[in-house]
This record gives sequence, structure tokens and C-alpha cells, in this order.
Amino acid sequence: MPSFRTHLAGAAAFLAAACATAPAFAFKVFISNEKENTISVIDSDKLEVVHTIKTGQRPRGIMLAKNDTWILVCTSDDNRVEVYDAKTFEFIKTLPSGPDPELFDLHPSGNPLYIANEDDNIVTVVDIDAGKILAEVPVGVEPEGMGVSPDGKYVVNTSETTNMAHFIDTATNETVANILVDNRPRVAIFKSDGSELWVSSEIGGTLSIIDPVKKEVTKKLTFEIPGIPPEAIQPVGVRITRDGKKAFVALGPANRIAVIDAVAHTVERYILVGQRVWNLNFTPDEKLLFTTNGASNDVTVIDVAKERAIKSITVGRYPWGVVSANH
Amino acid sequence: MTICAEGRSRARNDQCWQVSVRASACLAIAVSLVCPPAAPARAQGADQPAAAAKPAPAAEVTQVRLVYLREERERLPPLSLLSFPPDDDGIAGAQLGIDDNETTGRFLKQSFSLDVASSPKREDLIKDALAAADSGIGFFIVDASADTLLALSDALKDKNAVLFNAGARDERLREEDCRLNIKHTSASYTMLTDALAQYLAWKRWGKTVLIKGPTPQDEQYAAALRRSMARFGLKILTEKTFEYAPGSRRSDGGFEQVQQQIPSFTQDLPDHDVLLVADEVAQFGDYFPYRTWTPRPVAGTHGLYPTTWHPASELWGATQFQNRFRRKSERTMRPLDYAAWMAVRSIGEAATRTKSGDPKILIDYMLSDKFELAAFKGQKLTYRPWNAQIRQPIFVAAAPLHISVSPQQGFLHQVTPLDTLGVDKPESKCRAFDGK
Repeated sequence: MPSFRTHLAGAAAFLAAACATAPAFAFKVFISNEKENTISVIDSDKLEVVHTIKTGQRPRGIMLAKNDTWILVCTSDDNRVEVYDAKTFEFIKTLPSGPDPELFDLHPSGNPLYIANEDDNIVTVVDIDAGKILAEVPVGVEPEGMGVSPDGKYVVNTSETTNMAHFIDTATNETVANILVDNRPRVAIFKSDGSELWVSSEIGGTLSIIDPVKKEVTKKLTFEIPGIPPEAIQPVGVRITRDGKKAFVALGPANRIAVIDAVAHTVERYILVGQRVWNLNFTPDEKLLFTTNGASNDVTVIDVAKERAIKSITVGRYPWGVVSANH
Repeated sequence: MTICAEGRSRARNDQCWQVSVRASACLAIAVSLVCPPAAPARAQGADQPAAAAKPAPAAEVTQVRLVYLREERERLPPLSLLSFPPDDDGIAGAQLGIDDNETTGRFLKQSFSLDVASSPKREDLIKDALAAADSGIGFFIVDASADTLLALSDALKDKNAVLFNAGARDERLREEDCRLNIKHTSASYTMLTDALAQYLAWKRWGKTVLIKGPTPQDEQYAAALRRSMARFGLKILTEKTFEYAPGSRRSDGGFEQVQQQIPSFTQDLPDHDVLLVADEVAQFGDYFPYRTWTPRPVAGTHGLYPTTWHPASELWGATQFQNRFRRKSERTMRPLDYAAWMAVRSIGEAATRTKSGDPKILIDYMLSDKFELAAFKGQKLTYRPWNAQIRQPIFVAAAPLHISVSPQQGFLHQVTPLDTLGVDKPESKCRAFDGK
């Protein structure tokens, strides 16, 4: 049956071609909308909003837990963390967070959750199963960024007015080092191999690269964009690829993402996105990068390989945080 | 009388020593003391993680001492009960700055303290300042008239000391009467009126009339308005002085006459977009909104007004800042509080970055191009090198909410858009900083 064989081969070729151009898998991307009290759900294949989840007040920090089946979102003005089902989008429960939670990170084991309480100068440690506060760690003024080291030994918190990255020992919940960085540090994130900690400074306009062993700043990156005044360059969100080779930094009112060679620590180029871009995140396959553009109520989708913006998607009012699930 | 001032509760009485004391009739905390604080409970050094677990001995803690000098001035009560300044206006802001510095300081083995001296007499303030400077204090936050500030500056000119002008907006302090040892965290009149003028220009509200009061302060504000309107291409079609008999603000039934008086006072004005008022002493400006002959917005010292701080701002992460202030002081933050906070935080920032408490090192750092301050204005703030005036965005606001923030989009400058607000370097008459 030669003709059947030919058809089969043709179909296989067609399928292969389709897979090569389209994303291998459609992921759900969740965007917290700070001024609308919603989460926009985007399908990464269709690149459109497919659902909107109503949340508590002022949703900001957003992440996933339980193998991406739970969405955790800091509803800052309700002083709690809300948990939603990442597949059905149904509300599950709330977690205590301490006052004014803004950003958080999970221990690599999946529990506990470390939450920055922006209005109370503490980091709250929460058991997400029991829904109980385990500890409160005093840190600097206006805690903001949270990053747990890949080995789970340290959680790093940034304090916006104290201008430090505080290393907290997760075994004792005590601060063990406080590293001075430039003004108004925002996001703290480790490379996946734990070799470097990156901290963005919104007002200082810099990115500090910290050696987590020596606990000192080893390199400071600055940004220059022709035609953009230096004070408008405000680094906030940072993402580094899993292989540690590329990094992307959101530059706030400069309306651009910096593309960084994460090995050489050099800025390679800038990608124009929407207005006042605060945060960004990859799809799990790291093919796409979504940026939250607070002042233009949209997200920009960036093709990571081509380092090019490919689409803007209108979401809710003042999009803030973004995370993508593995489904 | 020996009282440990605010922020010193941890200090033991036997550690306090008295520089000078003056109890003021109207201010309970009017004392000037210097007390070394107790060791912070969680003192830790970033550079010495090994020592982190144990509290540092007191001797290792660097102490940075500040004095707040307040000249008590006679002021007519404002028209509205809502406009009375609180007793701790300014001081509460400085105290919050101390708290913020202390939180950072505990990680760097630095401790900050604030003492307050308040008096109606210039000589007393000078005496206090000199005594404090002789004891090694290098930082003074001043809420005083321009003349008193200059007298303090002259008295301290050979000391290792810097004064922060938190309360005087007078242009001459940044211009012909500028001093090397004064920094200004208060905005000048022209910075404020330029902020307003830029917004009016953005609105294309180009035709204005100006109503000014009879006091010298009113004239300063009016002069700044005249300059700003010309600078940004707006016209003042005519000017009138509003004469009034001050006082008796509470007269029963006062509104009936005002309701007649303001329309007739504004009846003959040429056709305009905005009515500007210059009433620095707050004696008539609040009479104008909603009472003018033609329905036109009022702007200037009243109505739509430029201000360095607004109690409703939640822009640029200010929510937590406003909350911290309200929790501590049980009221909202005012521009004088904000200016005093910026002064204290400037000192804290310099101490953090230089890891020093030495006034000379900190003063040099604040003048250097490395210095920058984060102050809830969405960008770093710096001091103008030619007159030590802090640059800052300025709110254009109404009572319940800010309306806009200047500089407005499109007003460009070769150095920073913030220098479109106020007298710029090429026009400046200040020479004290030349070659410094």
C-alpha cells in the first residue's frame, strides 16, 4: 500500500513542520493586576487572555507551588497570601502573611514560604500546608525582594530604604550577613547553580552581582540608553536562564528590557517594551519571556532566542507580577 | 533639667550629659542634650559576618548626633481650623528619619540621635548650636527665618558643621545669600512656582491674573510667580493686592460678607483662564475658590498648589513611608516634616556609604557626585553643586489628592529635567560654591 505509506510520511512531515514553528506546548501565564484586583490568565500558544481570576486587593507578588498546581499571590492591601488552583482557577484558601506582603519565595523543598512584609520591616516564614506563621525575621526598612538559594540554605531579602541584601540562614531564621547595595534594591535572584546572587537597585540604577560565598559585591552593572535620562533607568525585575548564560532586566520607566551576557556580565542590547516595566518571567521552556508594563496595562511577549518583542497583550490595570505554569 | 530626647529611650540616664537646656513654654521636648546611646541589640557588620551573632560592644558603635534647631515665630492663625500646624511640625519628620537611619545603622554599627532646641530668640539658638558644635556635633536641621538661618550659618562657619535648611523657601538663601555650610532640603519659591507654571502650560491655561497679599512673604511668592509665568510663556494680565485686616477669623457669620466681597473684588478682572493667589501667610487665599466673579480655577498658594509633599501620595512606594509616619506621629506628613526627614536621611545615607560618622567625611560625601538620596519621588535626588539645593519632583496638588507631578513631560534640560524647576545654574547668583 504505497499510497498509504506516502500519506503517512506526508503527515509526519507536516506534524514536524508544525512543531518546529509553534511552541511545543501551550502554557498558562498568570499576570497579577495591581489596580484591578485580578489575575489575567494568558495562553502562551494563542497569546491571548483566556481567563480572569478575581482576587483580593492589590495583588502583586505571584508564584506557583505544589508542582505548579497552586497559584500563590500576595494581596498586599488585604494583608494575606491567596491560593488559587492553577488549573481550575478556583479559590483554595488564604495563608497568613504578616502585614502588606509584596514579594515572596519558596524553599526548594516546596515549603516554607518566605514573605517580605513591606510595611513592617520583617520577613515572615509561613508553612503553606498548615497555613501557620513559623517565624518572623527582623530586617531593614521596607523589605521587598526575596530569593532563596538553590541549595535552600539562605533566603535573601532586600530592604528598599535600608539598601541592603540581608542573608537569612534558613536553618536558624537569623540574618547572617547584610550587604550594602545601591539605592532602593528590589529583586534578588540566584543563578540556578547558586554561584551568583543578582540584586537590582531601582533608584541607584544599577545591578549588583554578589558572591554568595564571600558575601560581597563582585560586580556592578550600569545601563546607558541614548535619549533616555539616567534617572528614568530603574532596574527592577531580573530573570536568568537556567543555563546561567543570559539574563533579562526590566528597566521601569525606561520602557526597556536589558539583555545581559550573564557570564561576561555585559549589557548586550535593549528591547523596547510597554510603559514602566516592573517584572518579567519565562515560560517553562524559556522560549518566551513576558514583561509586565504597569503604566500601559499590557504585557510584552519576547521571543527569547531572537531577543525580539513579538506581541503586546492587553491585560488588567497596572499589571505587576508574572509567572508561567508547566501546563 | 535632664531629659533624653526622642530616640534616646534606650540610653541610660548616667550616659546622658547636658550641653545646654532650655525649656520652652510651648514645646515640651525643647531640650538640647547629647547622650551616647546603648549598643543596638542586633548590631551586625556586613564585613564581619563571624561577629554577627553577638551584640557589638558599645565602643564599636559609631555615633552620629544631630540637632534640630527651631525658631519659634509669631504667626497669625490660618483661616481654616484644618490648616493649623501641629506642634511637632518638622520635628516628627526628623524623628522618623532617625528611626529609618537606626534600622540601617544597626546592621552597620552606627547609631543616630536627635536633640531638639527650640526658642523664639535667635541668640539662644546660636548659643545652643555653638555649644553642640563644640561638643563635636556636625549636623543641624534648621526651621527658622532666613535671617536667623544666616546668623546660625555665620556663627558655625569655622566649625566642622553643616546646616540643613528645612523651613525657609526664600530665594536669596540659594542665590546672593547662599552659604557653603547650608544645604537646602526645603524647595525654593521658584521651584514651587515653576512646578505650577509647567502644569498650567501643559493645560494651555496661558492667561492668568494675580491677586497678592500685602506682606513681604506674599511679595516673594508673587515675584516667583511672575518669573515662572514669563519663563514658561504664560501671561499675567493684571495684578491686584488684596488688603485685609488680619485676625478676627472666627467672627460669627463671616461668610456672608466674604461671599459678597470676593465676587465684587474679581468683577473687573480681564478674561482669564486661572486666577493666581499669592497668600503665603494664609489669611485670604482660602476665600477665593468657588467665589470668583467668573467660574475659574484658583491656583498658587491656595486652590491648585505646588508642594514638595502631599499627605495622600502613594506614588513610588510612598504608602509604607506615609504609614510609618502616621503610626509614629498620629497625623499626616507635611512638607516641613518631609524636608526634615530628607535632611536626616541625607546624613544617614552619607554615613552608610562612607561607613563613617565624622562630620567632615560626611559633608564632603554629600557634596560629591556620588551622593544620591531615595526619597519616594521615583528617582534619585541629588544636591545642586552650585548652591546645595536638593533637586526634587514637586506635586501640583489639591486638598484631597495630588493632581500632577512636575517636571511635566516635554520640559527638557541638558543636565536633568529636575533643573527645569527653580533658578538654574547659568542664572544663579550664588558664588560660595565656586571652585569647591
